[in-house]
Amino acid sequence: MPRLQQAVPSTLMPNDRRGFLTLLGAAALTLAPVRGWSLDAGQARALIDTALGEVYRVINSGQPPAQMYRDFESIFVRYADVDVIARSALGPAARQADPAALAGYTRAFQGYIGRKYGKRFREFVGSRIEVTGARPLKSFYAVTSVAYLNGRAPMEVEWHVSNKSGQDRFFNIIIEGVNMLASERAEISAMLTARRGDLAALTADLQAAG
Amino acid sequence: MRPLSLAAPLALFLALAGCASKPVMQDGIQVNDPFEAQNRRVHVFNKAVDARVIGPVARLASGGDDAAGGPGAMDPVINAGANLSLPGKVANSLLQGRPEPAIKNFFRFAVNTTLGMGGLFDPAGRDFGLPEHDTDFGETLAVWGVPEGAYLELPVLGPSTQRDAAGKVVDLVIDPLYHVLNRDAAWAAFGLRAASKAGDRARFDDTVDSVLQDSADSYAQLRLIYLMHRRHELNEGGTEIDPYAEAAAGGAIDPYAE
Repeated sequence: MPRLQQAVPSTLMPNDRRGFLTLLGAAALTLAPVRGWSLDAGQARALIDTALGEVYRVINSGQPPAQMYRDFESIFVRYADVDVIARSALGPAARQADPAALAGYTRAFQGYIGRKYGKRFREFVGSRIEVTGARPLKSFYAVTSVAYLNGRAPMEVEWHVSNKSGQDRFFNIIIEGVNMLASERAEISAMLTARRGDLAALTADLQAAG
Repeated sequence: MRPLSLAAPLALFLALAGCASKPVMQDGIQVNDPFEAQNRRVHVFNKAVDARVIGPVARLASGGDDAAGGPGAMDPVINAGANLSLPGKVANSLLQGRPEPAIKNFFRFAVNTTLGMGGLFDPAGRDFGLPEHDTDFGETLAVWGVPEGAYLELPVLGPSTQRDAAGKVVDLVIDPLYHVLNRDAAWAAFGLRAASKAGDRARFDDTVDSVLQDSADSYAQLRLIYLMHRRHELNEGGTEIDPYAEAAAGGAIDPYAE
């Protein structure tokens, strides 16, 4: 940072601090997609490493389950592309939905994911996950990892990471071939069918599900 | 009667039943389920059996320990049953032309049967770096190029395909264990392996319950999970969903992308 400040003409500082901040903001905005385009294996891998570190901090925290599920939800929001996952799970119905209803559904969906997968994570106490590599796949990156759980054969866990949202985010987890997006698509479409396509009713159901 | 005396006619039936039907794309994977109505009836039955018999018995046998990952009382049973499955796995690896897993499972069987007190313990996995390499005749058929066939939900045994169901039957026939044991011992071994499966069911109790009891359509969810997992095991292609490509096509509806 100090180098950047020196490069800014002194007339901008300090009497036009606001202008300077705007400039910085604009620079950050223009830089973001550039950095985004350059998503590479190392960055994809780092994202998953960091997210896993936070997940394990929660798993080993010994908090009551309800608090854990809220923490998992906030980790999911920070590291996953929640909008695209929720949209993809909803399928074709997402195209007809009005933006407010879709936003409400997305909020309910992220809470549902936090609870549903949070319950499974409880089995991960005393386990560890090692990130083993990253490779380009289609238009995104696949980060591979191995989960070592007590008394079970090691499990392959693959994370799909993209920067198409403007930030590095994961959008799918594949555990021993079982694909989270596919599984949630089946689940959400069955829930929507049970409500005869009523998105508001599905949203209400999701708030209690998981 | 030995467990395998019913096997040959059943295998023949399953092989003949595998006839043409068109798979459809569903939830991102190919699903071939022409017997869905019949399968769903079996699913309702299986769910009831699981809720009233298998689940409670498995929980009881494991001493109700829900300390996740902790060593359960069922572990020796699970180990012993799994150990008895090894000769069959060795045979299958050989039939697939894969000597390495065959050799590893052979030594695993030798170590656990002797040092592991007849398979009650698992020194091969713990101390010798010889974890079980899982395989079956369903995989052998896949290696030989037999197509997956239609999805089937089998009574009690659960999700399968025509190829995997035929494989299960052949596994009973070719298992070297049943050829060296007398009738009573063969039934005892069969019972132990069934108990081992029930122990596995208890070990994954929460996960099984969440799929069976909490899914909006547990039949479709189980079918999806089974097919994705099985195809991954057999290296028959993963499911790579690109939701961004779908979103880009979202403005103008593209039925071909679905």
